[in-house]
Amino acid sequence: MATSNKTASLGGHGEAVTRRDFLYVATAATGAVGAVAAAWPLINNMNPAADTLALASIEVPLKGIEVGQSVTVKWRGKPVFIRRRTADEISKAQAADKADMPDPETDAQRVQKGHEEWLILVGVCTHLGCVPQGQQVGSDRGEYGGWFCPCHGSQYDTSGRIRKGPAPKNLVVPEYTFEPNDIVKIG
Amino acid sequence: MRKLLATAAVALASLSGQAFAEGSDVKLLPVSFSFEGPFGTYDYHAVQRGFQVYKEVCAACHGLSLVAYRNLQQIGLSEAAVKAIAADVQIRDLNDVGEMADRPGRPADRFRSPFPNELAARAANNGAYPPDLSLMIKARPNGAHYVYSLLQGYEDFAKLTADQKKAMGLAADFKMQPNMQFNKFFPGHQIAMPKPLNEGQVTYNEEAQKEGIKNDLPQLAKDVVHFLAWASEPKMEERKKTGVKAVLFLVILAGLFYAVKRKVWADVH
Amino acid sequence: MASTQGGPPAFNNSVVRWIDKRLPIFTFMHHEYGVFPTPRNFNYWWSFGGIAMVMLIIMIVTGIVLAMNYTPHIDFAHDSVQRIHRDVNHGWLVQYLHQNGASFFFIAVFIHIFRGLYYGSYKNPRELLWILGVVILLLMMATAFMGYVLPWGQMSFWGATVITNLFSAIPVIGNDITTFLWGGFSVDNPTLNRFFSLHYLLPFVIVGVVVLHIAAMHVAGSNNPIGIDPKGPQDTIPFSPYYVTKDGFALIVFLTIYAAVVFFAPDFFGEPDNYIKANPLVTPPHIVPEWYFLPFYAILRAIPDKLGGVVAMFGAIAVLFVLPWLDTARVRSARFRPIYKWFFWVLLIDCFILGYCGANPPEGYFVPLARVATLYYFFHFLILLPVLGKLERPLPLPNSIAESVLKKSAS
Repeated sequence: MATSNKTASLGGHGEAVTRRDFLYVATAATGAVGAVAAAWPLINNMNPAADTLALASIEVPLKGIEVGQSVTVKWRGKPVFIRRRTADEISKAQAADKADMPDPETDAQRVQKGHEEWLILVGVCTHLGCVPQGQQVGSDRGEYGGWFCPCHGSQYDTSGRIRKGPAPKNLVVPEYTFEPNDIVKIG
Repeated sequence: MRKLLATAAVALASLSGQAFAEGSDVKLLPVSFSFEGPFGTYDYHAVQRGFQVYKEVCAACHGLSLVAYRNLQQIGLSEAAVKAIAADVQIRDLNDVGEMADRPGRPADRFRSPFPNELAARAANNGAYPPDLSLMIKARPNGAHYVYSLLQGYEDFAKLTADQKKAMGLAADFKMQPNMQFNKFFPGHQIAMPKPLNEGQVTYNEEAQKEGIKNDLPQLAKDVVHFLAWASEPKMEERKKTGVKAVLFLVILAGLFYAVKRKVWADVH
Repeated sequence: MASTQGGPPAFNNSVVRWIDKRLPIFTFMHHEYGVFPTPRNFNYWWSFGGIAMVMLIIMIVTGIVLAMNYTPHIDFAHDSVQRIHRDVNHGWLVQYLHQNGASFFFIAVFIHIFRGLYYGSYKNPRELLWILGVVILLLMMATAFMGYVLPWGQMSFWGATVITNLFSAIPVIGNDITTFLWGGFSVDNPTLNRFFSLHYLLPFVIVGVVVLHIAAMHVAGSNNPIGIDPKGPQDTIPFSPYYVTKDGFALIVFLTIYAAVVFFAPDFFGEPDNYIKANPLVTPPHIVPEWYFLPFYAILRAIPDKLGGVVAMFGAIAVLFVLPWLDTARVRSARFRPIYKWFFWVLLIDCFILGYCGANPPEGYFVPLARVATLYYFFHFLILLPVLGKLERPLPLPNSIAESVLKKSAS
């Protein structure tokens, strides 16, 4: 801008100008650093607060969930599907490992070793964010026996992988760990 | 200009002096805390001991509703210890079938208040309301020193001599009300809270005993005040640390600006 | 809008040129802030207008961020402010900046006002400029008052109760007005909600009036320490870089003091009682308003009559509106008014005495002291200034700003 040009050309004696310029640049740079440092707390204010983060992980007791049963819990404002799979569902999922899928993954990659019974998924269709059906007894589970999204017809298998329909990705597996006393900690 | 600044300084000093002189006429007990002063920090051993005092004594009547169990990790307790402390407490919450029911506490819960509401608290305490302690240290003038003194300010009114009464500025017709205790430092000198802390009431762990920490009244009072000071401003250390950086930075920037101003103005004067 | 120096600026950047041709904001900035001819003899008291503007910006920015986590409900307001302190990232910093920013905004504005009083900046042709400034002060006071209510502590609640009750002093309709202000029969949730709404709105109104205030200043040009008009280019220098750097330095020093309070004594200006949640059944023993209201509060209490006190308090600001016509002196700057100069300092001390009385309970010697100080305040504006302007013999004025500057640097 014209103003700064004027600033720089004021005075105008060779050596003095360089020293002066250095001082201007140093001051402007320091000021800019300060402005950024001052802006950060204001921006960081909008990140999740400590009490929100404290609720970022939940503990779900697995006791009482029968084989073949599904439960839905709320985690970070979204549904999480917990299904205790039957032996049949597990073998069907493992058998399909080599099948042609949009987002190839083996069943072993989607469950924890030694806990193959438990399939834990974020219940949000990877297409446009609807909640797929299949949690309740008798609801439509689609051709592959997993979940069926009523919005645009995406079909997931018993490993939560996308097999048919517009969704591009498998249902997301959240981070979780098995804790003592039949408790799973999600998040 | 200098005159203006001097006047301003005098006025501010007199205003702040006034604010701190309120309350009791009696001089508070001498004590110093590590968290005082511009660079003071919390002594987390003292905070932990104070937490023990709060938990074993104060928590029977006083809430700490702004502090969550997870915050205890900041004073140096392990995650497992915090989980255990929280799980020991029953929190009233909606259960799966939509009824209010007790469940074990979680670290994310805030400290459970001993009474469900103010009316229940008053009903259980002869009409007096034990205040929440979350901000107690900030909510009283010279809070840390005041609470420290208050905890040790109980006297047997019947045994006070006339001279002592006069020194405290008690009116001639001063009479103790029923269910009230005499306290030197409480404004009005009549407090509903019975003497809460006594020597040896809390037993500190071996580690503290090895350090030579006694459990006499001044020590218990000092520790619990330390804990409450932390509870009233858990971010104090972050504030002071950031402050040192911010002020140093601004001083440097002011120096640079001054140099620039001098150079720019060199050809005007 | 304003007087300009030289022709239109030539911009090197083609994007700037393109925009400027269609919307000449760059030319405007260049004329009004770049080369704007400014008296060459400003002292640092002239920096406080700019400092006040920066404080206004800081208040708005921190306020917007705070509002994202604040809950305007009587059951949650106090705890939500504490949640900002404890759980929100850097929330403690933003809240302390805002809480103390109000005090430092007032410090800057009070200095700015007293500078105007000393150097006669309210006189012809700057009467409207001054009146707009008083409007800003009034809006600031309303905004600050409502902001202080939001944390819903004891002082918030009782301050709101006392101040809104002032309106009940109005004859006949007073009680209806108070009920209307409260939206109920006492300060309660509807009051808190409307105060939050207005506290968010008014700062932007202030911004609008500040724009007018600056526009008026650019028409008349700035006053200066010797109070005579610039007579030519030798009396002025371009605003940039001279006053950009000078004001910049003053600003950083001011912000350093502000930061020191925010980080090391954030509750210095506050009251411990406001860390107690509002309780409509218990009034704290001493209700004190924020320090910047203390002189006005003292005037309110000095008059032993409810309506009289309210009238006097608002009158204390009302006299400022007519000040340009109360002061009959032709000479602007107190430098050349040997008697007024002393009365200026007496007025300043009087304001401090009023503030001191306002901070103390109205007992003992504070009662007569506050009355005398109140009387003097009005005496200064209503009697002294009109009379003094006629009687006082001003010192000889220098011929020009340049001459006075050269003489000073020679000695």
